Amino acid sequence: MRWLAQLRMRMQMLFLRGKATARLEDELRFHLERQIAENLAAGMNSEEARYAALRKFGNPALLREQARATWSWTWLELLARDLRYGVRTLWRTPGFAIVAILVMALGIGANVALFTVVRSVLLKPLPFVEPDRLVALYEHSADDQYPYNVIAPGVFAEWRRQNRSFSDLALFGDAEFSLSGASGQLPEKVRGASCTWNLLSTLGVQPALGRDFTAADDRHSANATVLMSWGLWKRRFAGNPAILNQSIHLDGQSYTVIGILPAGFAYPDAATQLWTPVYHYEPAAYMEHIENHQFQAVGRLKPGVTAAQGVAELSVITRRLRDQHPENPFVSKAANMRPLLEDMVGDIERPLLVLLAATGCVLLIACLNVANLLVARAAARRKELAIRMAMGGGRLRLLRERLMESLLLSAAGGTMGLLLAYGAVRWLVSTRQGMSRVEAISIDGAVAAFTVALIALCALFAGLISSLSAKGNQLLLSLQDSARGSSTGRAHTALRRLLLAAEVGLTVVLLISAGLLLKSYQRLRSSDLGCITQNVLTMRIGLPGARYKTPGPAPVNFFETLLGRVRALPGVEAAGIVEAVPGQGYWQDEGFSVVEHPPLPQGLAQYAIFRSADPGYFAAMGIPLLRGQTFDPNRKLDRANQAIVNAAFAKQYFPNEDPLGKHLKVENEDHEIVGIVGDTRYSLAEDPKPIQYYPLYAGKENSGTLVIRSSRDVEALALPVQRILQEIDRDLPVSDVLTMDQLLGKSTQDESFNATLLATFAALSLLLAAVGLFGVLSYIVAQRTGEIGIRIALGARREQVLRQMLLDGLRPALFGLAFGLVASVGAARLIRSMLYGIQPLDPAVFAAVSAMLLLVAAMACLIPAWRASRLDPIQALRME
Amino acid sequence: MGKPNDLVQGTLDLLILKTVSLGAMHGWAIAKRIQQISAEVLQVQQGSLYPALHRLEQQGWIAAQWAESETGRQAKFYSLTAAGRGQLEKETANWNRLSAAIGLVMNEA
Repeated sequence: MRWLAQLRMRMQMLFLRGKATARLEDELRFHLERQIAENLAAGMNSEEARYAALRKFGNPALLREQARATWSWTWLELLARDLRYGVRTLWRTPGFAIVAILVMALGIGANVALFTVVRSVLLKPLPFVEPDRLVALYEHSADDQYPYNVIAPGVFAEWRRQNRSFSDLALFGDAEFSLSGASGQLPEKVRGASCTWNLLSTLGVQPALGRDFTAADDRHSANATVLMSWGLWKRRFAGNPAILNQSIHLDGQSYTVIGILPAGFAYPDAATQLWTPVYHYEPAAYMEHIENHQFQAVGRLKPGVTAAQGVAELSVITRRLRDQHPENPFVSKAANMRPLLEDMVGDIERPLLVLLAATGCVLLIACLNVANLLVARAAARRKELAIRMAMGGGRLRLLRERLMESLLLSAAGGTMGLLLAYGAVRWLVSTRQGMSRVEAISIDGAVAAFTVALIALCALFAGLISSLSAKGNQLLLSLQDSARGSSTGRAHTALRRLLLAAEVGLTVVLLISAGLLLKSYQRLRSSDLGCITQNVLTMRIGLPGARYKTPGPAPVNFFETLLGRVRALPGVEAAGIVEAVPGQGYWQDEGFSVVEHPPLPQGLAQYAIFRSADPGYFAAMGIPLLRGQTFDPNRKLDRANQAIVNAAFAKQYFPNEDPLGKHLKVENEDHEIVGIVGDTRYSLAEDPKPIQYYPLYAGKENSGTLVIRSSRDVEALALPVQRILQEIDRDLPVSDVLTMDQLLGKSTQDESFNATLLATFAALSLLLAAVGLFGVLSYIVAQRTGEIGIRIALGARREQVLRQMLLDGLRPALFGLAFGLVASVGAARLIRSMLYGIQPLDPAVFAAVSAMLLLVAAMACLIPAWRASRLDPIQALRME
Repeated sequence: MGKPNDLVQGTLDLLILKTVSLGAMHGWAIAKRIQQISAEVLQVQQGSLYPALHRLEQQGWIAAQWAESETGRQAKFYSLTAAGRGQLEKETANWNRLSAAIGLVMNEA
């Protein structure tokens, strides 16, 4: 029963504390009254009786305190009191509180946002069954150029047939479908994948609705089936389950929708919306090629088999295939693999970690700044604190108050920061739709815990650093220090100078990293593509294979009609069609041989980037025709046996001879080289590579990029051109309608994103450091007002005072700069792989950052220093 | 400090429990009673009495009730709880054992 009594007591003490206090008062007063009554009875007069009783009673305040100390929940009471004091002190200096909270909010917010992304993308396991056993598979090309090359379907078939290490192997490749509109909807281009029937079961995923593929679906003779993503189903079919087992039209062919995948399923990437069995989708003969590298694969290792063992077995199988086909140089010599998670996010790992490190620096700077502000306040309250300590205030008690203050600041900052992070993450997800695993990004419990931990850490860091400066043993010194005429000891500002130097150092590291990335991005954007990029509009067109058979006349007729009508549009200067424009990517290559050259030794091969283009493409893009001529527009289909090469191609494969008139053999057909054109880059970041061009009018392609050049606002032409397309073929979707500038911007989005974000962080740090410098010097000037006044009164020149104060403020900045420059050398090496066209130790960036930092530091110090030099000595001395 | 009538740490609790076991009493009366019974040897200081009373109350050994005192004023009366009675018996036994042991040592020397 005792615990019950205790519990009741505890509840009373918690909820009826005010009443208990009043009762304690009453109880003690009763005791006093009895003592007085006793004294009166002993014969004292009333005054004497009262004084004697009080004397005997002792210190009533202490007695009250001691009795209260036995009550439960005292710790809570103390906490509440500290909290009240903290709020009250902060309330009294709202300017300081707001600045500190904002600084913390920015620091914590940036970290929480980046942590959310890093955790969701890099750390969270993939949403598949036992993801550790999943590996992404590749071929290792025979010439060692591509250790992670995509896979030929025939090689994969052998892997699947012979291996004993994998419980499942699945193949998949890109596919692009034009989804026809039903009942008045516009047709639409949809990214998809063709995959073996077991892709989902290999990953361990089941459709949310309907059924998965079966082996029977994955044959060329099977009926066409398709699985649909949750997002496409919701968007295009209003989430209506009636679509199951109904047909939709893809590329003009009817496919039965057999299932809907769960929301959040994104494999191979978030853009993939449709999946269809690959052995049905591709011609049977195509799936037997062992040299045509087109696919990716994922495998599930059997329990107990390591990835190395698995890939070694696949390598043996690949090697055997190669030995069986010694004449074919394009058969790979080995297999290769990467853990699936690394395969999906490997590219963005380093940039994300660099950004996380940058936000870590920002937070550290924010903490240093808040600590600095707290130190300044502690210094201003030195006399008060000294007096409190002299009166017996416990050191621990003062420390607790300081910590509570910084905890309040960082808790308020953290709460704001969490909101900030929420906004930042949403913004990031909406702007970076193409990023791997972007669908997995979400703020969850772990992120909340991280925020709380961050708040506690910041509070402890800022609070402890500022407490360090309040040395208790200098009590007497503090009281003396404030005596008239002497100025503050140097030691008191030493800590603040140190903090400032650290802050400046970190800022320099951020500035230099950001500078390097920005400059590298600028280099990237200004690298010469080799063609016109101003006023050029591009759009992707894909002709449904069912109606535009290749090879055949149908696509040729379409392209010719289209180009004829587009070129006739008012405002169009030139138009052309090519598989992929410069900057749009590598796309595809093709092996070739020169008919006039002796045959290559067995097992060796030549290949170069392969493009199909119409005769007007080079003129439309402004790619110079160096020699010879363009394709003959009258030679079509079988007669279109011409080729054009670029300068790099001519230089590499015809070093000492004239390529014109020579013949290239591609897929067993000879093509005469009729022209040489200027070099172009397939990607801004890559040097020009050899390219072989073949006539689009050979009729082998039914997709391409239409380019339109205009002398004025080319974007205005997008609608008229799309109208022409609709008129020629009503059921034809157009995608990626972009000007060249937009296309290049999109292709360098990552670089621009990283550089911009890092530059923002660096600017933020610079601002914080400047505020810190300004604050410290202002404080020093205020502390030394008396001394400066005396100096001026004794005849010191104002320029001297100005110079000395400036130097005083700039010294920590100089130390910080030196430290930052050294640290930046290390940081620059870390981001080396993210740089393009510049060295990690780019002297211009280092010099510019140093100059900028010194300039900002000087500006921050100038105002307080100038104020010091303008002091009126009489007023300064009177102020004390 | 070091005054002869200072109570050994912990014995005050025992004295209070023993005193209130005779009936409900307020703080003043408890102090007086201890003083009287010990023939003025044991002086209980208010500075120790009230913290001790509150501590015992928090622990549930004694319970408090407000009632009219002999002077007609409201006062806080402390009385022993059932749990307190058990505790008193235990502490008494302890004390007896301890004082007997000390007595043995003192007589021997």
